[in-house]
Amino acid sequence: MDVIMKNLGLIINATMISTPPLLFAALGSTFSERSGVVNIGIEGMMTIGAFAGAVAACFVNPWLAFLIAGLAGALFGLMHAIACISLHADQTISGTAINFLAPGVALFLAKAMFDGSTDTPALAVTQKLPKLFDEVFPVGSFGNNVFSAYASSYLVFVAVLIVWFVFYKTKLGLRIRAVGEHPKACDTLGVNVYGIRYFCVIISGFLSGLGGACVTMATMNQFRPTSIVGQGFIAIAAVIFGKFTPQGAMLACILFGICNGIKTVASAGNVVSPNLISMIPYVVTIIVLVLFVGKSRVPAANGKPYEKSR
Amino acid sequence: MKTDMRKILESKAMLTFIAILIAFVVGAVVLVIAGINPFVAYATLLRSIFGAPKYLAWSVVYATPLIFTGLSVAFSFRTGVFNIGAEGQFVVGTLAAACVGILVDLPAVLEIPLCLIAAVAAGAVWGIIVGYLKVKWGINEVLSMIMFNWIAYYLSNYMVNLPILHKEGGGEATKDIVDSAKIVFPKVITQALCPRTNAGIIFAVIAVIVIYLIIEKTTLGYKLKAVGFKRHAAEYAGIHVNKAIMTAMSISGALAGMAGALQLMGNSFRVPQFAGQEGYGFEGITVALIGASNPIGVFFAGLFYGAMKYGSMKLSIIDAPAEIVDIIMGTIVFCIAISHVFRITLKKKKTDKEESK
Repeated sequence: MDVIMKNLGLIINATMISTPPLLFAALGSTFSERSGVVNIGIEGMMTIGAFAGAVAACFVNPWLAFLIAGLAGALFGLMHAIACISLHADQTISGTAINFLAPGVALFLAKAMFDGSTDTPALAVTQKLPKLFDEVFPVGSFGNNVFSAYASSYLVFVAVLIVWFVFYKTKLGLRIRAVGEHPKACDTLGVNVYGIRYFCVIISGFLSGLGGACVTMATMNQFRPTSIVGQGFIAIAAVIFGKFTPQGAMLACILFGICNGIKTVASAGNVVSPNLISMIPYVVTIIVLVLFVGKSRVPAANGKPYEKSR
Repeated sequence: MKTDMRKILESKAMLTFIAILIAFVVGAVVLVIAGINPFVAYATLLRSIFGAPKYLAWSVVYATPLIFTGLSVAFSFRTGVFNIGAEGQFVVGTLAAACVGILVDLPAVLEIPLCLIAAVAAGAVWGIIVGYLKVKWGINEVLSMIMFNWIAYYLSNYMVNLPILHKEGGGEATKDIVDSAKIVFPKVITQALCPRTNAGIIFAVIAVIVIYLIIEKTTLGYKLKAVGFKRHAAEYAGIHVNKAIMTAMSISGALAGMAGALQLMGNSFRVPQFAGQEGYGFEGITVALIGASNPIGVFFAGLFYGAMKYGSMKLSIIDAPAEIVDIIMGTIVFCIAISHVFRITLKKKKTDKEESK
């Protein structure tokens, strides 16, 4: 029984570490996609956030650094917004550009700032995001594993709640969803289509930046070139999987997180190849889609630039 | 005279050229901010690409897989599918070629085609699965391709560690493929150029021509383009849209698989344990965009990217981060993304003028 509880605790702990980066980014992606702008640049925005957070945390309070990470992501969100909304650029192309630019900028700055090293300085425990209930439970106990994760692990679920509320209980949320379905009708009714879309794409960058910072300021303690390797794409997949709703994206991210957690615990036993276990979440996603979910309805105006007629 | 000027300005090639120019200016600004003399950096870059025949040969070696993944993505674009899965197709292609190249030892005339067929088949299957999931269950192809990229990634890392393929005590990689599976040119040529000068670029030229012909001169190409342009209209006209998507995905996957095989047989000779995704598929997206999804454009875009990738490695000599190339490439793609604004402005001026007449 003790062993089961201990392993369960470890799995939950690993899940709570690997879910937040995905979930923050997925929430961001939900904003953007629902307003009708495809944002494939999530990966790049996470990378720049991961970098900015890790650097800022060397100098300022971790929470301020976390915010700075979000703003760095938002900056690239703004860039994507200008290209896609005002300049009617192809959204996929602009996103691809950001996936090259943002990591390029991050690594370039890292090398320029830290004498040619691609890694930022390692953060001390006090410079990282704080752990909740630290030292309340004995080290290694179930309680410690479940309740003493980094603050970001709990914050992200608060964020889901807020996003859900905004989407379904506020006027703004209704407008976001409407703009993603039929921008012209919204325009006719006096909704500022461009304004809503700008807001959503910038927020998507902001949340992606936070997601990136979760990796470098909680999971790890520095930025490395391998900090963000595909999490952004998995977040996009989670959003499609979750049918473009915040709660759906959350469930999808938790699924990826749990698989990751099981992998971490199981590969310590060395029974099955960790590589095969790593494959599970992706295979499971496909199977779940085929068996249960089926078609994910993309917002009708997704990917189409909207041009105001004069 | 003036209209000629405008035609040139409006052409895609010209826009790409302007995008490249802007990108280098942006790159220079970034370098200045980082305290590096951009002239020195660009001179180093140019010298390390054009400085010697050996460097040029290396650039071509680097370009070969990029031309193929670029073609793969470009081909999918034409059919209205976005092949973000070239990465995974590349990996399974490499893996299939490696299995044949390590486990089967035949004379080169049989060995090389066998490796290539295995890779092409593997890539095509990886593409078809995604196409089938989309056609049969309506599963979003971007989602399933991202999933299949990762499945390929872990499959490769799993296979690399299988005792039958793994090299004993030789680091984290497979054994080398047998000599008859290598497509490196004879010593006379490699000594004059670079040690990895290989036949891959010849395959690339052939592939560019074949894909160009398929897109522009065959009914299949016409059907695929019709589906990409207006899916419902194509269906109404009697084209099997589902079949067309499956066909496009298989050809696109085959091209990416081929990229993996040629990279293995001409340059790397073994499959390493990956620490992160290799990136050939994602770089292929950039190549396809710079090449305006046109096979011939892709060929030159691939050469350009290959050269930049190779040249950037030598920037460390002057302590300039090689990532400046990523920034330049990203800026080019960004400029291309917003370039049609420029074109629309030009067109508007033209129509305004005509109206005022």
